[in-house]
Amino acid sequence: MTSDTARVGISTENACVDFPIFDAKSRSLKKTVLGVVGGNIASESRVPIIEALKEVTLTFTEGDRVGLVGHNGAGKSTLLRLLSGIYEPTRGTAEIRGRVAPVFDLGVGMDPEISGYENILIRGLFLGMTRRQMQARVDDIAEFTELGDFLSLPLRTYSTGMRIRLALGVVTSIDPEILLLDEGIGAVDAAFLERARDRLADLVKRSGLLVFASHSEDFLRQLCDSAIWLEHGCVHAQGPLDDVLRQYAGSRA
Amino acid sequence: MGLITHLPAPLSVHLYRLVWRQVLFFLHNLVVYVIMLFVFPQHLHWSDLSAIPAFVLLVLNGAWVALLLGVVTTRFRDLTPITQSVVQLAFFLTPIVWMYETLLDSPNPAVAERARLAELNPFLHYIEILRRPMLGQPQELRFWVVVLLLTVVGWALTLFVLRRYRARVSYWL
Repeated sequence: MTSDTARVGISTENACVDFPIFDAKSRSLKKTVLGVVGGNIASESRVPIIEALKEVTLTFTEGDRVGLVGHNGAGKSTLLRLLSGIYEPTRGTAEIRGRVAPVFDLGVGMDPEISGYENILIRGLFLGMTRRQMQARVDDIAEFTELGDFLSLPLRTYSTGMRIRLALGVVTSIDPEILLLDEGIGAVDAAFLERARDRLADLVKRSGLLVFASHSEDFLRQLCDSAIWLEHGCVHAQGPLDDVLRQYAGSRA
Repeated sequence: MGLITHLPAPLSVHLYRLVWRQVLFFLHNLVVYVIMLFVFPQHLHWSDLSAIPAFVLLVLNGAWVALLLGVVTTRFRDLTPITQSVVQLAFFLTPIVWMYETLLDSPNPAVAERARLAELNPFLHYIEILRRPMLGQPQELRFWVVVLLLTVVGWALTLFVLRRYRARVSYWL
């Protein structure tokens, strides 16, 4: 294994993510202030807390291709957000070294009022690329998406499929150091899917470190070589992809 | 747009987007001022370029207010409509659609005395440091002092809040 001084990597130690669950009352400044001033009006003023991740200790280094498996609500997306730095751990630590490209939602950061070309630039900037790098990729993306002249039209004129193609084209064109993929990437029309998968595989090859949350065993086998199984916010199992997938499949049977 | 829960970017990125957009709005509105300068020529002096640092101060203050309210309103959702009401009210309390000077110079000393109450409104000071040079009126030091003081205090408060709650914002969304 590479040492701790590796340039790209993520390490978490006993990292916890606790969400406060606010209701209409605790969301309200008025109610909160009145509650303090008025004393015992709202006696049950404590905000319930959900422990989305509990004492997660993980180390990722350059070259890792890690799949995340687990049931809905097990904490996969939360873990990806922890690894990207969006959620700072409420307890414990998380250290992230390297440029993170989080792909949780294909369309995030796209502006319907500006053209496809401009969206390519903007989306790329959000993924940590520079303007120049994106300008060099525009032709490649244009060819992949097969959108042709549509690229100079505003995004709002696109169909859903065209939007996905554009977003996928941009996402798969980048050079990330740390690539964090959430499921839902596979939701593309069939004819397009094969080429998208090739591009996705290329992207993964280029990236320094991959963490990929998915329910699709096929997809995981194609992109990852090790896996982490999350259960109720805890790391349930960790190791080579086949072992973890077998255990996970066994638990569901 | 949910960018905060999708991108590990510093909160200040969203601030820059907001402030830059508002600055562009201001520049568009400034066209009206330039046209008016041609229609009703004013006696402008070089010292009236102090409108530029005044505008910089205005932007700096807009920045801390946006950061502070941005953080607090994610936690307390009713603060957004409260803010809107307060701003609406402040607009009428601030001499924008009414003339402050005419009240100050009123022959009735009671009115002139009460007009000074308008200076309790912090927004007035921001308006005055920027509007006076644009209209060719002399600057007055006290407006600048108030604005500078508010800038320092506001930023100190904002940095304190950010230090404590910056990491919580993505949890609150």
